[in-house]
Amino acid sequence: MSGSMEFLLWTKGPMFNVAIAIFAIGLLVRIAEIFVLGRERNYAEPRASEWLPGLRTVFTRTVADPGTFKRAPFNVVVGWVWHIGFLIALLLFVPHIKLIESLTGLSWPALPNPIISMVTAVTLVALIATLIHRMTHPVKRRISTIEDYLVWTVVFAVVLTGFLAFNRMINPYPLVLGMHILSAEIMLILLPFTKLTHIFTLFIARWYNGAAFGRKGVQS
Amino acid sequence: MSELTLERGLAAFRAEVDGPVAAFFSSCVHCGICAQACPFYVETGDPKYTPILKLEPLRRVWENDFTLWGRIKGLIGLQQKVTDQMLAEWEELLYDSCTMCGRCSMVCPVGNDLALMIRKSREGMVQSGHAPEGLIAASVRAIQTGSPMGLQWKTLAVQIKHVEDSSGLAVPVDKDGAEYLVLLSSMEVINFPEYLEAITRIFAHAGVSWTLSTDCFEATNAGIQIGNKDVAAELVERVVAAAEKLRVSKVISPECGHAFTAIRWEGPNLIGRSYPFKVFHIIEVLDELRAAGRIQTEGMETDRLSMHDPCNLARKSGVIQQQRNLMNLVAENFVDLKEHGKLQWCCGAGGGVSSNERAEPLKMAAFKHKKAQIEEVNAERMVTMCATCRTQLEEGLEEFNMDIPVVGLTEMIAEHLVEKPRPASPADAQA
Repeated sequence: MSGSMEFLLWTKGPMFNVAIAIFAIGLLVRIAEIFVLGRERNYAEPRASEWLPGLRTVFTRTVADPGTFKRAPFNVVVGWVWHIGFLIALLLFVPHIKLIESLTGLSWPALPNPIISMVTAVTLVALIATLIHRMTHPVKRRISTIEDYLVWTVVFAVVLTGFLAFNRMINPYPLVLGMHILSAEIMLILLPFTKLTHIFTLFIARWYNGAAFGRKGVQS
Repeated sequence: MSELTLERGLAAFRAEVDGPVAAFFSSCVHCGICAQACPFYVETGDPKYTPILKLEPLRRVWENDFTLWGRIKGLIGLQQKVTDQMLAEWEELLYDSCTMCGRCSMVCPVGNDLALMIRKSREGMVQSGHAPEGLIAASVRAIQTGSPMGLQWKTLAVQIKHVEDSSGLAVPVDKDGAEYLVLLSSMEVINFPEYLEAITRIFAHAGVSWTLSTDCFEATNAGIQIGNKDVAAELVERVVAAAEKLRVSKVISPECGHAFTAIRWEGPNLIGRSYPFKVFHIIEVLDELRAAGRIQTEGMETDRLSMHDPCNLARKSGVIQQQRNLMNLVAENFVDLKEHGKLQWCCGAGGGVSSNERAEPLKMAAFKHKKAQIEEVNAERMVTMCATCRTQLEEGLEEFNMDIPVVGLTEMIAEHLVEKPRPASPADAQA
């Protein structure tokens, strides 16, 4: 028991600081890499400004167009389900809000715990579905790399250990909570160096896309 | 010309990496949805035609040379290098199975502009010596003769004579100070001579001041299709020089898709300065004339017409409503394809695919999606406004034994013009 308590304290203390530092510096470098490269001046006479169309695409690209939805319904629906489930568990669970409050001072209302537990279970099922899809769909199989499976494993571990800890399914409790915190820290550390970066860069990518098309008078 | 090598190719790839490219590759999650937007994947079912996979060489160059993580990987020998063999393998993916139609760019959930990155990748392919023969030949002909098909002014002059004889109107050539400089595409001159007669009649009808230039009549740009900025810039400079010499205020790109994006959007950046004139696609000009009440038509087409939006015109240039306004002017039974406008499906022939003989089977495979769309609305005739699309539609429909004629929108408008008596000259008015 004392060993598991030490482990928990380590994940909450030194390891947490290391993870946050690597995450923050790594992400900053990654974002800087994008903006330092920048864009060349565009001499072609625009049809419209770039800012508004860029911002619009940041939001609109969240929803698939009807044709794409029809051709890839599984991709769209399962992707939505697990992303929303993950965000709900991350942002609307009491202990998570307390943690964010202790770091930033910001706080908001939580969802009742049984709902969080149910959402987490659905997220786990959806994540398993994405893995099966990745391993069986010809396109996904062809383009997947070790990184895709590594990132899947880490994300799945974060959600699974959270679910196990919440439902007290592993003893001692400090061990499973420590495992949850550690897997979240591994996710933070990997974030700037893997496709997890999209959590931040997708807004930049969508803006560039919307700006480029918007400039030509097309809402993308 | 110095030798094309892997080193030169890699340098060209590097030169193409910018902020958007870094943001795009940073954001890809390998969801594979881009494949569902690509006619080459959708119609062949072969996962190697997944758009993001086509960009793997550029992605590797970005990761290896433009990211901290890539450099760390380099230190411990974990970088995935781009090799000559890899580029040889990717030639088919970057040229034969992509028309740069940009549909994947509209669909990618994280917002990656994949078509832009294909265009950029081709610069590296050319410099490393991995561009298709057909496109190299077209580029050389374009530089040497002014036309990718080797067409010369004397051929056009014969056609001008025919047009003048048949219409009784003069085709203005090298007219200094005209409002519009009209450009043509060689494919149009050879396959669709009716286009020149159509604009001659429409412009006479609407009282538009225009001219052709003997210095430069070609609007297409093989340099953009193959992916070579030097060739592309040279071809743009010829248009600019001709327009400046004749002091026109507007230049009209013909019924050709890539010619329009080349001169309208890429051109000023290729030569590094803004133009002293504006650029329009012929469809934009016709719709402006319509809106200003300068085109009077009579009679309507009564059969079931549908329309193919060229990707370069609609999705990549925002000309979407104009062609519909013009259709409604002369067609009473016009029905749009289900997915049209900015989400239209490519005909399968653009972006240099039609100049690349080796790509013929893939080009026909990709066409099957357009065919299915046409069947879905039971069109009796198709209308379009790009000579490459039109040729592909004609060949494709014939291949599948479908008796559906294809017409150009400009000539259809010309057929409905109200015959006007010659406007009274000032001399008549005085008398």
